[in-house]
Amino acid sequence: MLKEETEGTSVSGQRRQNMSDYLSPLVKGIKPSGIRRFFDLVSARKDVITLGVGEPDFVTPWHVREAAVYSLETGKTQYTSNAGMPELREEIGQYLNDSFQVAYDPASEIVVTVGGSEAIDLALRALITPGDEILVPEPCYISYSPITSLSGGIAVGIETSADNEFKLTEEALRKSITPKSKVLIVSYPSNPTGGIMTYEDWLPIAKVVEEHDLIVISDEIYAELTYGTKHASFAALPGMKDRTILVSGFSKAFAMTGWRLGYMCGHPELIAAMLKIHQYTIMCAPTMAQYAALEALRNGMEEKDKMVESYNQRRRLVVKGFRDIGLQCHEPQGAFYAFPSIASTGLDSETFAQRLLEEAGVAAVPGQVFGLGGEGFLRCSYATSVTQLTEALDRIGGFVHKLKQG
Amino acid sequence: MSELQLKVLELLKEDARRDAELIATMLGVSLEEVKSAIAELENNHVIVKYATVVNWSKVDDEKVTALIEVQITPERGRGFEGIAERIYLYPEVKSVYLMSGAYDLLVEIEGKNLKEVASFVSNKLSPIDAVLSTKTFFILKKYKQDGIIFEEHEGDHRLMVSP
Repeated sequence: MLKEETEGTSVSGQRRQNMSDYLSPLVKGIKPSGIRRFFDLVSARKDVITLGVGEPDFVTPWHVREAAVYSLETGKTQYTSNAGMPELREEIGQYLNDSFQVAYDPASEIVVTVGGSEAIDLALRALITPGDEILVPEPCYISYSPITSLSGGIAVGIETSADNEFKLTEEALRKSITPKSKVLIVSYPSNPTGGIMTYEDWLPIAKVVEEHDLIVISDEIYAELTYGTKHASFAALPGMKDRTILVSGFSKAFAMTGWRLGYMCGHPELIAAMLKIHQYTIMCAPTMAQYAALEALRNGMEEKDKMVESYNQRRRLVVKGFRDIGLQCHEPQGAFYAFPSIASTGLDSETFAQRLLEEAGVAAVPGQVFGLGGEGFLRCSYATSVTQLTEALDRIGGFVHKLKQG
Repeated sequence: MSELQLKVLELLKEDARRDAELIATMLGVSLEEVKSAIAELENNHVIVKYATVVNWSKVDDEKVTALIEVQITPERGRGFEGIAERIYLYPEVKSVYLMSGAYDLLVEIEGKNLKEVASFVSNKLSPIDAVLSTKTFFILKKYKQDGIIFEEHEGDHRLMVSP
């Protein structure tokens, strides 16, 4: 089995030479995340201001935490039903209908998952036949393409650009479609670009989806974080509900990242298939987190609105900051990221990010880790205090000035 | 009061050192609008003062603070106003509130030590004719004041970089 024991074995393939020979080729084929490498670089340093954090800077509101504590105190420590507590599913259904005008039946069309991440994994596993092509507008969240590969699918990136505020266009989508295309994964408001899609932006996309008989996985985890315009859910478009698996969760809206609680909604047949995988792999989402989520939906909207207002103030601050520095920065209208272009400095994203860290003590994630169209950009999270943001912008300004002079 | 003035107040309440330019950027309005909003708030004494919240327990020169419940007889025509004024004009009095319930005024007083507070009560507060009774409570520890938690127990525990 181990290397030393295998010496003398002549028939390759029967005895494995290395531990890695035990691994699935699908897993071996997955590249380690570019963010991970950068994380190691940043962690080795002190005095760094980080704009690299992909989560809220708020702690979960106290009444939500308290609801989880109370659930523990009263002994609510058992499994819930596989799909999640009925009252939570009811509440999610009500919330989606009130906020985004999509009506789901809590009994057959909603499942509570371990974060939105699990829901995306379930959806892809349930849908992919090896060889299927999965369309992914990029730059995007880093998980879609690796999870696709794990299920034997082929991720096909669709490049979006700053010229269109990183929206998915009908033209770009059409160009990427082949007879093997089955699923389109969209994620707006976008991590990392802050781009959004309005109802009008979606209409031509829905037409193509219908025409080419696609299923859409719509990751709407940042739905609550839009500025000026209300989020348009893809499932709310005419005729699209049955073609959409809506994925969302509590992490971003209610500052609940560590609770790992999300949900997915869709056609009962698709949901039943995904629930089958969920029940065998996960059983049910953590019970105390479900109680917390229930409290967040019932009594957390006012506090959520305050958090959104606070992100909006900081968004204005960083966008103006980057523009004053002389970096082009499109107006992000959702999530909590600005995605300025650093192309004018002559450096590529990776070099810029690394030197910014070393020479100015500011961490931000180089755009190319988010896929096609990310090169030349920097993802800067503004979910951090105004004082830190101001200092970070000062440091970036000094660094860029130095680059442009030298 | 305008919506803008309210928002300006909230931002200044969080951090009084924020200047008009920063506030204008954060609210997405012009510098002039913010300047005139602040000027009006100051002129109308809505903004009374820009002060610093201090955790005195971290300062060597420790102080003693007490809350005193005071029962008084209101004056004809002036009610509680005159007595309240006589009390709040003392510099050692930090705050005075007119209360509903079993007593009338809640007086917060600060002194160098226990003796100083006790002597204020017996020599200055109690002898006022209208004062019927006082009950003094010494503050042992301040956990939170004006919405600010004194002992920061919820630092930033986030990973430095995450997807």
